[in-house]
Amino acid sequence: MSDYAAPLPVPTPESRPFWDAARRHELTLPCCRRCGKFHYYPRAACPFCLSGDLDWRRVSGRGRLHTFTVVHRGARGFPLGPPYVLAVVELDEGPRMMTNLVGVTPDPASVRIGMPVEVTFADVTAEVALPHFRPAGGA
Amino acid sequence: MSRELRRMRGRVAIVGAGESDEMGKLPHKSAFALHAESARNALADAGLVKDDVDAVFSAGLWMASETAEYMGIRPRYVDGTQIGGCSFIAHVQHAMAAIEAGVCEVALITHGESGASRVGMPGTRFGPDSTRLQFEAPFGLAGPPTGYALAAARHMHEFGTTSEQLAELAVATRKWAQLNPRAAMRDPLTVADVLASRMISWPLHLLDCCLVTDAGGAVVVTSAERARDLRQKPVYVLGTGEASTHVMVSQMPDFARWEAARMSAERAFAMAGVTHADVDVAEFYDAFTIVPIMGLEATGFCKEGEGGAFVSGGRTAPGGDFPMNTNGGGLSYTHSGMYGMFALVEAVRQLRGECGPRQVKDARIAVCHGLGGMFSAAATLLAGTEAP
Repeated sequence: MSDYAAPLPVPTPESRPFWDAARRHELTLPCCRRCGKFHYYPRAACPFCLSGDLDWRRVSGRGRLHTFTVVHRGARGFPLGPPYVLAVVELDEGPRMMTNLVGVTPDPASVRIGMPVEVTFADVTAEVALPHFRPAGGA
Repeated sequence: MSRELRRMRGRVAIVGAGESDEMGKLPHKSAFALHAESARNALADAGLVKDDVDAVFSAGLWMASETAEYMGIRPRYVDGTQIGGCSFIAHVQHAMAAIEAGVCEVALITHGESGASRVGMPGTRFGPDSTRLQFEAPFGLAGPPTGYALAAARHMHEFGTTSEQLAELAVATRKWAQLNPRAAMRDPLTVADVLASRMISWPLHLLDCCLVTDAGGAVVVTSAERARDLRQKPVYVLGTGEASTHVMVSQMPDFARWEAARMSAERAFAMAGVTHADVDVAEFYDAFTIVPIMGLEATGFCKEGEGGAFVSGGRTAPGGDFPMNTNGGGLSYTHSGMYGMFALVEAVRQLRGECGPRQVKDARIAVCHGLGGMFSAAATLLAGTEAP
């Protein structure tokens, strides 16, 4: 058992490929073979056309910061803070993901909605890697 | 569609409204106790007794039938629709439909929540493999303030809404609370006080956030025909709407626009056949200062992006030209966790002219607009003193 203090994702059959890929530091999303759209969070049915004919595809890991908050009173024991940046990123492929923006000072003056970001994986335990995002072109 | 809806307006009325005997921090009362005393007060207000009730509507983390069991009611019609804090406003619409269809006659809608003391409250409904615990919680989404901050930040980015404008709403609402002896927060409040209060989740300060209390409320709905023989002046249901677009904040279709509110209000106004200018008093769910601002935009009381300017300068305060949240709102009156019931009760009291120093003069039409989840759902009621 890890002493990691925040909730860790427990996969369901429909989300397991996402978390397995994250562990390999790959961002993959379900894509609908019928309507061609990616979606997130992973479901067993496409939320655009309800088709069950889905395919897991690796995506670019690039997007833009859609919105964010700097959390000062957050989840107790959360490893990134407080303060930390809770963010929503819109991927180039369309879907939005809740994530943490890392590699910035957790201050609204250092963060800009619309800024280009890229995925970076945090190995929070031996079994789980979380998809975080950082400013694009960062180290 | 609109003609079918209009057939319903004024066919049912709210004939009883009540709240728990006390509210605030009540470690000696369970959530169900708050349901029951609110129901007792609402029925007494209506001049009805428990055995008159044939339909129970309730929302919480328990079944509506559990609420009925606690009160010893054996309803023939049960509705446990749970779409968040506006559920009770949606229940009015459901009660209207059920009464009109002839499947029930006297609908009791109750709320009770031990939001602060957590007495007799169920545990979480989110398992470790729920979508929320997989795709939000690992990133530190920590309760409502962090979620609402995501919308507030986007609204500021798109429209230039300011923290001062958010604070203006809190200040105007506090002025109403100062006229309400039951309000929890009655000290004078300034914009500077709000901005100086502790940052919870930027851009939301502590005083941008609602209270957390123990409280309950209930209303009774019946047909307009039966209402005329009851104790109180009927408050007629003129228009209703509800909508749901998502549950998790990360799934919000547009972080700067409250889509469910637009859908819900459009339906309520179409049914009622009244205009925004006809509304005398407004009760808008205010879990956070950003919520009524986005609500006023989405329901058409102001243009998109203009909500911040709309609430500034005391427009919604006592003496302003848009009296809103006249009990002091969730920000300063009470907020048990599902404020929609208290908005509903206050709308009824304003239309009956019972509000004393905070009474809006000649209030004939009220709008009561509720929030569910993370801008996830909305329910709108237009109510009036006269049946069309």
